[in-house]
Amino acid sequence: MSYFLETLVSGLFAGVMYSLVAIGFVLIYKASGVFNFAQGAMLLFAALSFVTLIENGMPFALAFIVTSLVMVAMAILIEWLVLRPLRNRDPLTLFMATLGLSYVIEGFAQLLMGMDVHMLDLGIPDVAVQVGGIYVSQFDIIASLIALTLVATLAIAFNKTRMGISLRAVASDTLAAQSIGIRLPVIWRLVWSVAGIVALVAGLVWGSRQGVQYSLSLVTLKALPVLIIGGFSSIPGAIAGGLLVGATEALADIYVGPLVNGSVSTWFAYILAVGFLLVRPAGLFGDREIERV
Amino acid sequence: MTTLQESAPTKPLRRLAFGVGTIAIVAGLIAAFAVPALADDYWLSSIIIPTVIMGLAGIGLNLLMGYTGLVSIGSAAFMSIGAFSTYNLLLRAPFLPLPVVLILAGLIAAIAGVIFGLPSLRIKGFYLGASTLGAQFLFEWLFTNFSWFSNDSQSLTISAPRLQILDYDLQSATGRYYLVIATTVLLIALAFAIVKSRVGREWMAIRDMDVAASVIGIRVARRKLLSFGISSFFLGIAGALWAFGYLGTADAHAFNLDKSFQILFIVIIGGVATIFGNFLGAAFIVLTPILLDRLSLVIDLSFLGDQGALANLQHIIFGTIIIVLLIKEPDGLSSLGRRGVEALRSRARSSN
Repeated sequence: MSYFLETLVSGLFAGVMYSLVAIGFVLIYKASGVFNFAQGAMLLFAALSFVTLIENGMPFALAFIVTSLVMVAMAILIEWLVLRPLRNRDPLTLFMATLGLSYVIEGFAQLLMGMDVHMLDLGIPDVAVQVGGIYVSQFDIIASLIALTLVATLAIAFNKTRMGISLRAVASDTLAAQSIGIRLPVIWRLVWSVAGIVALVAGLVWGSRQGVQYSLSLVTLKALPVLIIGGFSSIPGAIAGGLLVGATEALADIYVGPLVNGSVSTWFAYILAVGFLLVRPAGLFGDREIERV
Repeated sequence: MTTLQESAPTKPLRRLAFGVGTIAIVAGLIAAFAVPALADDYWLSSIIIPTVIMGLAGIGLNLLMGYTGLVSIGSAAFMSIGAFSTYNLLLRAPFLPLPVVLILAGLIAAIAGVIFGLPSLRIKGFYLGASTLGAQFLFEWLFTNFSWFSNDSQSLTISAPRLQILDYDLQSATGRYYLVIATTVLLIALAFAIVKSRVGREWMAIRDMDVAASVIGIRVARRKLLSFGISSFFLGIAGALWAFGYLGTADAHAFNLDKSFQILFIVIIGGVATIFGNFLGAAFIVLTPILLDRLSLVIDLSFLGDQGALANLQHIIFGTIIIVLLIKEPDGLSSLGRRGVEALRSRARSSN
C-alpha cells in the first residue's frame, strides 16, 4: 500500500512539473489563440542562458533578472517579426509558424551556447524526507511550492492589475477589446514576455532535475495532454490536468508497464487524454467553445 | 473572386480546355516515365524518389486536412502502419503479389485511421490533434517494443524480402522509381476522382461549415471517418514506399514526430486543398536540407566550429524559411504557380 502511495505521490509531483510547462501555453493561448509549440524551445533557451551566465560567475539573482530581460526581448521580437505579419490568420498557420519558431530558437540556443549537458544546481537538496509515513523528495516539495507561488502571482496579476484585466478582455472578445482601445500588440508582447519568464522558471526546475540539454525542449510533448485534459485556456485546468496526468502515468508505468513489457509513459497520457475528451469534450475547465455535431 | 470571372466558359472553350488538359496529362505521364533516362542514380534515389513519396504522403494528409478540415499531427504513424504491414504481408504471405500487398497494407492503415478518427465525431481542432499524436507515439512504441512486427530482428529494422512484380526485379534505383511513380500516378488519379466526386464536395461542405452540412443531409460522421480512412490509405502506401522504395530498410523511428511535422509542412507550404501543390511542398522539404548542405560546402563556415553548429545553423535557416513562406505565401506554393499562369493569361489577353 505504501508503495502505491509513494508512486502516486511522486506521480503527482511530476504532474506539478508538467503543469509548470503547461501554464506557459495557457497564457499565450488565452491571449492570442495561438497554440505555441515553441514554448519548449523557449524553455530550453531560458535554461541555457541562465546556466551560461551562472557558469561565467554571475550571481543567481542577477542571472535570473538578465535571463528574464532576454526573454522579454525575445517576446518583443517574436511579436514584431512573426505574430504581427500573421495577424488574423487561421490557428493552424500560427501553429506551424511556432513550429518554425521552435527550430529557430533551438538552433540559436545551441549555436550560441553549445550542445553540452550543463548541470544546474539550485541549491535545493534532492533528499527524501518522511511525510506521513511515506518518503517524499524535498526537491519535489520545493518545486511544487515554486509552482504554486507562480500560479498565485499570475492569478493576482490577472485579477487585480489593469493589464491583467485588459488581457482577460482580449481573451473573451478580441474585437470588442480592440474597439475600446486595448492595443493588441502591447498585450501580445506582455503575454509572450510573461510566458517567457514562466518558461525560465520551468526550465530551471526541469533543468536541475535532468540537466540543461536539448531534451528539455521535448517537455512540450508532456504538456500537451495536460492541456487537453485541463482545457487550453484555464490555468487551474493546467494544474488539475498536470496532477491527473502525472499520477495516472506513474501508476500506469508501474502496474501496466510490466504487462506490455516496457514503459508506457510515451503514449499513455495521450490515450488518457483522448478517452477523457470523449467523455468531456471541453476538458476539465475549458471553455465550451467546441460545438458538437 | 476569380471564380466569378472564370465561371460559365462557352462549350467549345471548355472542350478546348479539356483537350489541353488531356495533352498536359499525357505529356506529364510520358515525362514522368522518361525520368530514369535523364537522371542518374543519385538524383533518382536521393532526390526524386523521396520527393515523389513525400508528395504522396502530403496528398494523404491534404485529403483529411485541406478538404475535410480535420487536424492530424500524427501522419507518420499511419505511414509506419503501411510499412510494417507491407513487410509482414510480404514475409508471411509470400504468395501475394506486391501490388496486392500494397493495397492490403493501405487498407490496414485505413482501418487504423478510422479508429483514431473516431474522436473527430465529438471533438475538433487541436483537441483532435491529441488523438492523432496518441497514434504517433503509440505505434512508434508498439513497433519498437514488440519485435514480432520486425520478425524478431535484433536491430528492429524491416527490409523488403522481395521487391518484384511478376518476374521484374525492382531493387535497382530505376526499378524502385518505376514502382514509386506508377503507384503515385494511380493514387493521384484516385485522389482527383475522390475530390471531384460527391464525397469530395461533401467533405468540403463539412470543412466549410459542418453544422450546415448536416442540415442539408450530409452524414457528417460517416464522411469524417471515410476521410480519415482514405487519408490513412494514402499515407499507409506512402509509408510502405518510403521504407522499401526509398530507405531500403526502416525502423519505427523512421516515422517519428518529425516526419509527421514534415508532412504537415508539405500541406501548408504546398497549399491547402490542392493535389499537385503537395509535390511542391515535398520538393521544398526534401531539397532545402540538401541545398543548405551544399551551400555550407561552398561558403566557408569553418568559423562556426563543429558539425553540430552547422546543423543548428541549418535549423535556424529552415525555421526562418518556413515562417517567411507562411507570411508571404498564405495559400502555399501552388498559388504562386496559379498566379504565374494567370499573369501570362492576362498578358496574352491584353496583347490580343
